Amino acid sequence: MKRIYLDHAATTPIDPQVYEVMTKILAEEYGNPSSIYSEGRSVKKYVETAREQIAKAINADIREIYFTGSGSEADNWAIKGIAMKNRAKGKHIITTQIEHHAILHTCEYLEKDGFEVTYLPVDEFGLISLDDLKAAIRKDTILVSIMFANNEIGTIEPIKEIGEIVKEKGVIFHTDAVQAFGNVPIDVKDLNVDLLSISAHKIYGPKGMGALFIRKGVLIDNLIHGGAQERKKRAGTENTAGIAAFGKAAELAVINLEENSKHLQTLRDMLIEGVMAKIPQVRLNGHPTKRLPGNVSFCFDYIEGESILLSLDLAGIAASSGSACTSGSLDPSHVLLAIGLPAGVAHGSLRLTIGKHTSQEDIEYVIEQLVVIIERLRKMSPIDVNCPIDDAVFEDAGHHH
Amino acid sequence: MDYTDKVMENFQNPKHVGELSDANGVGQVGSPACGDIMKIFLKIDDDGIIQDASFKTFGCGAAIASSSMATDMIIGMNIEEAAKLKNSEVVEALGGLPNEKIHCSVLAAEAIQAAIDDYKKGATA
Repeated sequence: MKRIYLDHAATTPIDPQVYEVMTKILAEEYGNPSSIYSEGRSVKKYVETAREQIAKAINADIREIYFTGSGSEADNWAIKGIAMKNRAKGKHIITTQIEHHAILHTCEYLEKDGFEVTYLPVDEFGLISLDDLKAAIRKDTILVSIMFANNEIGTIEPIKEIGEIVKEKGVIFHTDAVQAFGNVPIDVKDLNVDLLSISAHKIYGPKGMGALFIRKGVLIDNLIHGGAQERKKRAGTENTAGIAAFGKAAELAVINLEENSKHLQTLRDMLIEGVMAKIPQVRLNGHPTKRLPGNVSFCFDYIEGESILLSLDLAGIAASSGSACTSGSLDPSHVLLAIGLPAGVAHGSLRLTIGKHTSQEDIEYVIEQLVVIIERLRKMSPIDVNCPIDDAVFEDAGHHH
Repeated sequence: MDYTDKVMENFQNPKHVGELSDANGVGQVGSPACGDIMKIFLKIDDDGIIQDASFKTFGCGAAIASSSMATDMIIGMNIEEAAKLKNSEVVEALGGLPNEKIHCSVLAAEAIQAAIDDYKKGATA
């Protein structure tokens, strides 16, 4: 059966040109870039080319790009590194309720170490309020970390405006741009961003590669201690093939940005309109226009997300959900709860994220299949418009908690 | 999610879906916050034998498969026997469930007990 992959926010297939670069390094360039002899110097050129490609992609200087082992590592480094460096100055950090767990769990970890964290709420569309941000900044605030675009609902935060506010207050500003990179234009100079996290596997590059942009002059403690790699800031022998591949992927992402995002957006809007027109009792999560070009997030009333995913998988379609049943926990997505959805509704969420290889026929097939699947699952459900979820009678539910 | 073929078969083609119009015992358990609600309908004859059973479930694949399997297992049982159905028997019949999905089978056993209790209330009223 033909597979239709609609989970590009989770990961993307590797681009053939990226694969070519990566395998060439693996096959031919086994040197350690720290070595001074020919094998080392030869592979070092690829590492530095990649750094240049990534710097160019976000309008940074090459000396501001540091490679990491993942987007999560970049996030951890930004938060912990800035917190530790500035703890004598203050112990207050501002972030949002809808961040990726790489940010949230890192902040929770710092809270145990005496840091204070403000988690800004968001509105029904997932946008933070600039007034809330202004009001939250204190004398002892050392860091503001607000994601560029949300991974679940696709909402794009007002990063430029946030950057202006934060800069005025003399506070350091980090943004997790893992989902935004390659999908929307990013210019760190224009945005007043001090630190920015990105990841390779979301832009048709390999897994296990990330990078942190650190603006020149921003002082940060190291997260990984050891050798002198990455200008003495991130120890560990370089993942040379991964770095070269990341550079290529970033280059391609930027070259094709306009064309790709237009393609994604056309299909996104077709999917949203098709589903909203053909399926009753469905809501679109996230902002109608300030959203990633490839992100579609729905909540279907009366049914549960994992059963939608399983049914889609049987029809050849790969998607994801913020339902508790897919996360291994009992709580539905913190993002869907933060935009004000009741837990029962949040369980019926479905995220479809479109990629550059997705076609119009794929979208038409998905809409067709969804109509059938949703109707079938709703017929099986004990809740409906006459018996809404909040009124349902519950007995013996105690074992859950 | 690693589901057995038996689970997938019961999820794809569940048995006994829907409401029994002549049910004389109905039980509903679960919580929307946790993402599972299970409703079981029983048709019990004067000898206390379950003539027919059906379900309606809001939940994941394991919840739907557990409902299908559990209703199938209790048809033909007398209510004393059915009330003692253990969730582990449902799990076994499904060829196993992932650890974090065991609660779905617990829910099925509880929904059956609730439906039998409901019948008993009606029968003695």
